Amino acid sequence: MPVTLALRDLASQTDLLAPGHGLCAGCSESVIVRLVLHALGRPAVVSLATGCLEVSTTRYPWTAWRVPVIHSAFENSAATISGVEAAWKALRRRGKAVPEDVAFVVFAGDGATYDIGLQWLSGAMERGHRFLYICLNNEGYMNTGIQRSSATISWTWTTTTPVGRVLPGKPQWRKDLTAIAAAHGIPYVAQTAPHHWKDLMQKVQKAVRVDGPAFINVLAPCNRGWRYPPEETIRISKLAVDTCIWPLYEVERGQWRLTYRPSHKLPIQAWLEAQGRFAHLLREEHRPLVEEIQQRVDQEWEALLQRCSQR
Amino acid sequence: MALAVSSRVPPVHGLGTPVALDGGTLVAHAMRQTRPDVVAAYPITPQTVITEAFSQFVANGEVHTEFVPVESEHAALSVCIGAAAAGARAQTATSGPGLALMWELLGVASGMRLPIVMHLCTRALSAPINILCDHSDAMAMRDTGWLLLFSENGQEAYDQAIIAVRLGEHPQVLLPVANVLDGFIVTHCVERALLLPDEVVSEFVGEYQPAYALLDLQRPVTVGGLDFQDFHMEHKRGQVEAMARAKGVLEGLFQEFAEISGRIYRLVEPYRLADAEVGVVVLGSTAGTVRYVVDRLRARGVRAGMLSIRSFRPFPALEVAAALAEVKAVGVLDRALAPGASAPPLFSDIASALAGVGLSKRLLGWVYGIGGREVLPQHIEGVFHTLADPSVPPGLVGWLGLREGR
Repeated sequence: MPVTLALRDLASQTDLLAPGHGLCAGCSESVIVRLVLHALGRPAVVSLATGCLEVSTTRYPWTAWRVPVIHSAFENSAATISGVEAAWKALRRRGKAVPEDVAFVVFAGDGATYDIGLQWLSGAMERGHRFLYICLNNEGYMNTGIQRSSATISWTWTTTTPVGRVLPGKPQWRKDLTAIAAAHGIPYVAQTAPHHWKDLMQKVQKAVRVDGPAFINVLAPCNRGWRYPPEETIRISKLAVDTCIWPLYEVERGQWRLTYRPSHKLPIQAWLEAQGRFAHLLREEHRPLVEEIQQRVDQEWEALLQRCSQR
Repeated sequence: MALAVSSRVPPVHGLGTPVALDGGTLVAHAMRQTRPDVVAAYPITPQTVITEAFSQFVANGEVHTEFVPVESEHAALSVCIGAAAAGARAQTATSGPGLALMWELLGVASGMRLPIVMHLCTRALSAPINILCDHSDAMAMRDTGWLLLFSENGQEAYDQAIIAVRLGEHPQVLLPVANVLDGFIVTHCVERALLLPDEVVSEFVGEYQPAYALLDLQRPVTVGGLDFQDFHMEHKRGQVEAMARAKGVLEGLFQEFAEISGRIYRLVEPYRLADAEVGVVVLGSTAGTVRYVVDRLRARGVRAGMLSIRSFRPFPALEVAAALAEVKAVGVLDRALAPGASAPPLFSDIASALAGVGLSKRLLGWVYGIGGREVLPQHIEGVFHTLADPSVPPGLVGWLGLREGR
């Protein structure tokens, strides 16, 4: 069933993630999950990795989920959904009464995806299961209290990369997981962010139509971990895209395409200034670190533009 | 030395088509016949024979199974958990280090009450790395809430692979089951065995009727949610109670299975124990060696006997105590270590089973077969000899076949 992306229609739909869950005020995850579940346009079975979303929505004896959900462990949500999809195939083969049209969806954080669960995700993508993997990327281990992940950029303050007398935050850059997913040659890969709800939903609609794995990396601003006021979440999401630290693009059957190009690329300073986790970088002595980050962003942006112009 | 194997060594008997196959392939046939919807496995010695044989059934179109060739054992069990929660019959197989990699999910499978069947081909845990049989892997899953059935030979491993499906899926049980067969000794030795007809097995195991299924979209369920101090303990108690109920269910299934196979199984298998003065308790394939030695000793007038434990979890403590009640001295053979513990795993269970009914008995223990070290009839004879010698103090005596010195 195709879903219209008219706001009026969307507003009248029943949320499949019910209110009353325990996610923080200002958290972008519930916004993203509700947009994804609306955009699917078909019933879904969801596999959750351990993380903020899972612990905040499944506290026994309650659940916020109006769709079937399984949480098994931290690292294995892609393998878990592989099993659900394999069961669906086998039961259909035997003529059992299982739904004809169902989406298999994973929600997992960047810790569960970039770090501890990368092998399970890679395995499931290589095997070609039909599933949509949504990475809720809040650039760190927020559920355990703001630790660094391989999605955290250089010189970010986290509780395991604290700012000290000799180290001004995390020394390493982040890993380009979206490109790693694309390198698996799966039918659909994309990056998106919640402020651009239409971009996000259109990508989900494309992803759910492919007969194979799809991976969408969604920036998930976290006011607690990023140290900004809760009402700023959507503005922060837009800043990430307008500074080009989080470009919106898709890779459809190997074709790279930019889905949004900021009319005016903002300096990275604007992104850093808006968040307390970068407060130390605004000190004069750390100007070279800001320049280093700007260079990295510029290089990656240029490389992306090149990839997207290739035929 | 007597060459003739006693006629008391149970011949392969009962119903079925005679075949000469290794235990791993026999188990693969049982998998084919029990019609799992999903099989997920990763190659590891000595389990690989099962996965290879089953892959051939898939390639030949002999099964409807969705075979998921995963990238690790952790993923194998993860896939089985997803599949079983979705409402499918799911099976896997592994050995030693593969089981160790799965360990996190052993408790997830039992905690979610998913009747997954695993064929565990026992292998020593590293380090030092070793591919041969001991029970360090099986004992590492001892307290994870899985039912553990040990087998002596390929026929038993095949039969238990069929029974395990019914056991786990029984509404009074709903727990995962490990069918344990000794690496190489059972998995790779070609034996004469009897294969039941496909339709007989199919009818015996029936259809899996899950109480809840992720694919039942009309009744959406949340599986594996967060469970804190207010409910966690009750849910864990539920598992323990299901494990206790499994004992009676398993006895009933043994009876049903005897009707289709002519092969009678019990929770524990006594051999010439009724009038025995010295008895040995053992798990797995070594029961064959002990049985041979018991016969030799009996021929010499020694009142020797054996108790082989088939159902290690649930542990049939009352049946064990009853079987050993009249035996004067009991020797327990452990194929796993418990460094720093008062005794290795089987010894501890036997001691507490006897203490539980107030039986005070001369109890001696030996460790054997670690990392595939051969256990020979003369080792077992030595055990019986020591049991009969009242000057040897009770407790852990030593290691069978250990090379002395450093």
